Amino acid sequence: MDNASGTPLHPKVTEAIIPLLKEGFGNPSNLHHFGRMTSDAIQTARGQVAGLINAKPNEIIFTSGGTEANNFALKGILPAHKKKGNHIVTSQIEHFSVLNPLKSLEKSGYEVTYLPVDKYGMINPDDVKKAIKPTTTMVSIMYANNEIGTVEPVKEIGSLTREKNIIFHTDAVAAVGNIPVDVKENNIDALSLSANQFGGPAGVGALYVREGVRIRPFMEGGVQEGGRRAGTENIMGIVGLGKASELAQSEMSQRVNKMQSLRDRLKDGILKNISHVYVNGHPTNRLPGNLSLCIEFIEGESILLFLDMQGIAISSGSACTSRSLKASHVITATGVDAALAQGTILFSLGINNSENDINYVLEKLPPIIDRLRQMSPLYSQKK
Amino acid sequence: MQYSAKVMDHFANPRNVGELPDASGVGEVGNPACGDIMKMSIKVKDNVIVDVKFKTFGCGAAIATSSISTEMLKGKTLDEALGITNKAVAEALDGLPPAKMHCSVLAEEAIEAAIDDYLKKTTGKGLEKKKQHAHDDHHEH
Repeated sequence: MDNASGTPLHPKVTEAIIPLLKEGFGNPSNLHHFGRMTSDAIQTARGQVAGLINAKPNEIIFTSGGTEANNFALKGILPAHKKKGNHIVTSQIEHFSVLNPLKSLEKSGYEVTYLPVDKYGMINPDDVKKAIKPTTTMVSIMYANNEIGTVEPVKEIGSLTREKNIIFHTDAVAAVGNIPVDVKENNIDALSLSANQFGGPAGVGALYVREGVRIRPFMEGGVQEGGRRAGTENIMGIVGLGKASELAQSEMSQRVNKMQSLRDRLKDGILKNISHVYVNGHPTNRLPGNLSLCIEFIEGESILLFLDMQGIAISSGSACTSRSLKASHVITATGVDAALAQGTILFSLGINNSENDINYVLEKLPPIIDRLRQMSPLYSQKK
Repeated sequence: MQYSAKVMDHFANPRNVGELPDASGVGEVGNPACGDIMKMSIKVKDNVIVDVKFKTFGCGAAIATSSISTEMLKGKTLDEALGITNKAVAEALDGLPPAKMHCSVLAEEAIEAAIDDYLKKTTGKGLEKKKQHAHDDHHEH
């Protein structure tokens, strides 16, 4: 139940990749038939990815994943528009692959406004509007948050930025393939996505850049990807991403309904059986498989380890493996108390999860929480 | 980041969990915002720690270091107990991941705090000189 960290390969994606393991060695840049075969496969995948987000195939640039797509969007688009200005509007809850490139851009003369969020992790479009200055060239706000699942008001932000002729980039890594995403309808100019969030392989993703938006190559070398991203293509990854996109598009509503109902059963069951539990993120505007919780008086990692012993894989939201031991910047930004934030756990359901999985968690989780609370000095103080 | 088998054993089957109703000294260290609090209760008889219990809020390493510390403390004189270093705690667990070394420092501090409390109660005076702890560079408060 840790699909946010990476989904298993969809069996049909595996099937699509297997023949390439034997025959997919042709360099797509070559004119001979080996090259044509892989080059055709990449074009098909480009169409499949474009179809999933309602873009044109030539607006899709394949990358090594969501992180590269985010880096590319910021470090490729901003310098190409430097004459217009050096100001970027973003949020405090972005992924580190947005926040860290922005930090280095700040060092090289860019100015960044980090917008706060409300208690649900929601960005207020009015705040975006107020933050815009004559020097603003880009607004980069995530489509949906990977930790707490909140889906941001991208449509409002998109119409606002389009009206003001400001580039709108959205990190849609957690969203694409899991909820319907339409770049035209939402006036999105650049969008990052990653295959391993919806049944595709790890190590491949894409950046959508709307036709007409200038971008400088980030990876320099040959003329692959229309001269925008050099390097021989990750053929197997790209084909896997394409297939995963096609499947996600055709199965979207079934998947959303299934994950949502499983997630709600899990949520209701936990809230009913365990006291002092709080749901993070927006109550309704959230990713269908996401259930982020703060469990009071105990720490997330110890819950994770005990669940793992029962064969249940989840994430602990607190960044407690990091050196600083700070709670997650996302949870903290929603105003959760620092101590409570240490008890964050994240269930991210996938299409392979079943009713039985939910029942199993509901059976195993309460005694684990109880055991850890009996061990916690905070719990006895509370009593 | 991987924990040793010994850490996992002490985490999954922690020894001496709880509180001593007739504790001679109790030490509580840590901060919930940093993700760990250790509370160590000791029973001292003739300058020897005869019983010890702990309660901990924290990660796997915090629970495991608390657990092994209680084992290391039992039967030790106060001086011997004060000689237990965070390094010794970590070594007894077959090592800790670098990001988790602060948990062993916390264990050392908890031992010291419990003894300090005992001395204050019995002699009216706590430990003369507290040890310098090197955990601050691991914490960003």
